[in-house]
Amino acid sequence: MTLASHPGLWLIAAAALLAVLRGRSRAVVALAAPLVALTLAWRLEAGVHLRAGFLGMELAPFAADALSRLFAVIFSLMAFAGALFALNQPRRLELAAAFLYAGAAIGVTLAGDLVTVFVCWEVMAIGSTLVLWSAATPAAYRASMRYLMVHLCGGMLLFIGVAAHVLQTGTTAFQPMALDGPAHALILAAFLVNAGAWPLSAWLPDAYPEASWSGMVFLSAFTTKTAVYVLLRGFPGTEPLIYVGLAMVFYGIVYALLENDMRRILAYSIVNQVGFMVTGIGIGTEMALNGAAAHAFTHILYKALLLMSAGAVLYATGRRKCTELGGLFRTMPLTAACGIVGALAISSFPLTSGFVSKSMIAQAAGDEHLFVVWLLLAAASAGVFLHAGIKFPWFVFFQKDSGLRPPDPGWNMRAAMVLLAAFCIGLGIWYEPLYGLLPYPVDYAPYTGFHVVAQLQLLLFSGLAFFVMLGWLRRTLTITLDTDWLYRALFPRVVALYGAALERALAAGGARAARAGERLGAYFRRLCGPQGALARTWPAGAMGLGVMGMLLALLLSYYLF
Amino acid sequence: MVEHLPALQVVLPLVAAPLIVLARSPRFAWLATTAVSYACLVIAALLATRVATLGAFSYALGSWAPPWGIEYRVDALSAFVLVAVALTASFVAPYARRSIAAELDADRQYLMYAMYCLCLAGLLGITVTGDAFNLFVFLEISSLASYVLIALGRRRQALVAAFQYMLMGTVGATFYVIGVGLLYLVTGTLNLADLAERLRGVEDLRPVLAALAFITVGIGLKLALFPLHQWLPNAYAYAPSMATAFLAATATKVSVYVLLRFYFTVFDPAALFDRLPTRETFLALSVAAMILASLVAVFEREVKRLFAWSSVAQIGYITLGIGLENHAGLTGSIAHLLNHGVTKGAIFLLLGGVALRSGAASISVGSLAGLGRRMPLTAFGLVIAGLSLIGVPGTAGFVTKWFLILGAIEREAWWVVGAILASSLIAVAYVWRLVEAAYLRAGQGTRREAPAGMLAAGLAMAGLCVYFGFFTSINVAGASDAASFLLRGAR
Repeated sequence: MTLASHPGLWLIAAAALLAVLRGRSRAVVALAAPLVALTLAWRLEAGVHLRAGFLGMELAPFAADALSRLFAVIFSLMAFAGALFALNQPRRLELAAAFLYAGAAIGVTLAGDLVTVFVCWEVMAIGSTLVLWSAATPAAYRASMRYLMVHLCGGMLLFIGVAAHVLQTGTTAFQPMALDGPAHALILAAFLVNAGAWPLSAWLPDAYPEASWSGMVFLSAFTTKTAVYVLLRGFPGTEPLIYVGLAMVFYGIVYALLENDMRRILAYSIVNQVGFMVTGIGIGTEMALNGAAAHAFTHILYKALLLMSAGAVLYATGRRKCTELGGLFRTMPLTAACGIVGALAISSFPLTSGFVSKSMIAQAAGDEHLFVVWLLLAAASAGVFLHAGIKFPWFVFFQKDSGLRPPDPGWNMRAAMVLLAAFCIGLGIWYEPLYGLLPYPVDYAPYTGFHVVAQLQLLLFSGLAFFVMLGWLRRTLTITLDTDWLYRALFPRVVALYGAALERALAAGGARAARAGERLGAYFRRLCGPQGALARTWPAGAMGLGVMGMLLALLLSYYLF
Repeated sequence: MVEHLPALQVVLPLVAAPLIVLARSPRFAWLATTAVSYACLVIAALLATRVATLGAFSYALGSWAPPWGIEYRVDALSAFVLVAVALTASFVAPYARRSIAAELDADRQYLMYAMYCLCLAGLLGITVTGDAFNLFVFLEISSLASYVLIALGRRRQALVAAFQYMLMGTVGATFYVIGVGLLYLVTGTLNLADLAERLRGVEDLRPVLAALAFITVGIGLKLALFPLHQWLPNAYAYAPSMATAFLAATATKVSVYVLLRFYFTVFDPAALFDRLPTRETFLALSVAAMILASLVAVFEREVKRLFAWSSVAQIGYITLGIGLENHAGLTGSIAHLLNHGVTKGAIFLLLGGVALRSGAASISVGSLAGLGRRMPLTAFGLVIAGLSLIGVPGTAGFVTKWFLILGAIEREAWWVVGAILASSLIAVAYVWRLVEAAYLRAGQGTRREAPAGMLAAGLAMAGLCVYFGFFTSINVAGASDAASFLLRGAR
């Protein structure tokens, strides 16, 4: 196999074309490139396909095994579905950026060494920022800047971690790592930033909902799932991940229940679902890892489906808040139906894809006699049904009649939703192909009487609970505070990087922390800002004095030491 | 013929300068300059290959054997710097024709070319010579030429900037010559290799320490070591486009070379780094430059000044490796001589095109609004070079950062690692200001790219930023050899 059979490169090449093409040829490229990538990903053979030397290191930028094939396949499939959905998106940058982003994500999954992982990691950050950016609203622009900063910091952590790892071990190969020192801790932290692990998760619900109606479909698929992939490969069975995962699961549920914006609900739900996968990785048995990988696969499909249905609503109505929506099933029956299929899948309803994947993680917890973990996962499953399974479709498509009468969207958006809905149900019934893709041999039957009955009971009672508690859940217009307040509100005041915007933020604020930050910021502005002590042109005499001072200091230090 | 190449390297541009002055024709001047620049690149490449295969060699000027005569010496480090300088020259020379024609009156254009050739001769001479006093002579040749280059700028501030640079540069050169004088006093020789031998065992003598201080400050001024950098922002900002690009990419780098040469091959590095606070001094000053100068760049409104401040910060990266004093760190430093050269070169070359089309003498960040539509290729090139400045993987800047971080981790200097990362985040902020202006803000004016020759040179250099990010056989292999060479002399 050569570089030409790397599925990610095809997407990146297509991204370059999409940036310039228009009209019919653009549609052809947008749909054909992911199909080529999908074929290549499907036919990937295990082994290292390309070696390269870089900066004196042995790299394997193109390598594959069962795990990477699984992720390459789902990422290519997702790129196709997303491109189909986004065909009528008027902003041309978005699809090009999304393909760059998807190609880099595939690059991560096919990277045999940590340096390639890092490079693709950074390209993903840029690609996804551009996707956000192309929503072209002021809110999206500000969100994309915060998003970029978080991911650049994450990239930095990864950078130092990889450098230290290379120094320590002398190899760049991407192998399972033990949590045995600063190098691997930094790498793990960087992975967790992208996974949206609490408390580093706030960037996700902050940024994703600001993307365009089609952009968020792409965003939901790649960043967190690439993180799941690298955790699967790098840190399987690392125990702290169980607790990190559980924290994510419940964080996602609580915030999603409090939220009013339909797309923020789904964003929190991403954190929640990735939490299931991270928990599985922490458990670390073959069953658990299989479960995490399978759940990543199915989650990409049904979360994309949910976001497409939300995107179609946003596209048709321009509204995002649950309080402003409702009753749309009358005029958008297909969107509503697809949204419900996605909602059932995310709730692991039997005969949907979610059921065949998520139950593996719970089963693994049970097999390992992690009773508390098992119990919490079961409780969380009920919570998922509450916040995503019922809440989203209920408030958007039923509830009250909001008076809106938008039609179903165009053919391509409908086709994309139907395609994913078919996958959600198809994989729930014919799950063997999915199990065949998993990294380890599968010894698990999802449709046993116990599994089905237990899950149905769980769903039934949580469904009951939802309608009983509807009065409390009915959303009002609120803003929910999250840890991103720290860097959305507090941090900027301290760092004082963005001159005028910062001053406005300061005027708006007024907390004591802000005043302290203001002083620090003002100090740096006085020092470095226009006409600051550092920035202004010194008179020649002052320069000369400085030189003499430097000479004296050096002489003194030499003589005294 | 091959054995005369070290001399030819310097003599060619040195002879071209008076010829250009005699001919006075801009066209001849440009042709001669370009031919000389390319010839220098070929010679530098030949010398580098020879050093790589046969090792360092020396050339006795006028057949006077060293240490009595002047020795030209080409080793791994000087070959690398020669290539870096000549490479920049070969991009700047073809660019110069349109740029100079647009910025200078026809009857003064030949001066610019002549000064450029002199400056090139001086820089190459500094690099190739093995004699401390001859080095001073070339330092003065290149400096005097660069004062004139800057003073030829269109705005009246150029005169003040050139004057201040001249004051500081003269102080620097004087300090250097005082330092060399003190060394001569102690050892009785001016040949660098000879000096190194005779200094062993007497490093703790007061005159030697004083010489070290004078040379450090003198060369520190020339290379704009923080806080001796104040002359630099204005000099770069007000010089003609072509001069800014050339000086930013070469002049400070060659001074760094001089510092490396003295620190690692003349003085005893063991004494320098273990008994004196050299390491701490350089780490502290470099980190201060990386952070503070980058912050100034974030607030700066004038684009050329912004990048001049960024240069001060990037010189911090280069001197950081000296403070780290290990193989990875020095490799990063030396590779950055070339990496930053092509990056800043690309930026200033492209900005020259922007200035030409906008017609204004200075470019503010605000006036870049809509550049992405007006000059799409130029804007794209600027973004690429900007990414290299930040150190995004796949660009030359990343290679530097990688080695510096390896070096810092090896020293277990985690605060330095943090500082490198903080500095690159600040670089994101100032590069982003340009991207935002160029692509997000609407501007006026019709679509009109820079003249083809200027655009091609700028884009080619931006291409090099990417090339050196992926194919590191020139920048890293050369720098790694040079670093081994320096450290071998040391321990």
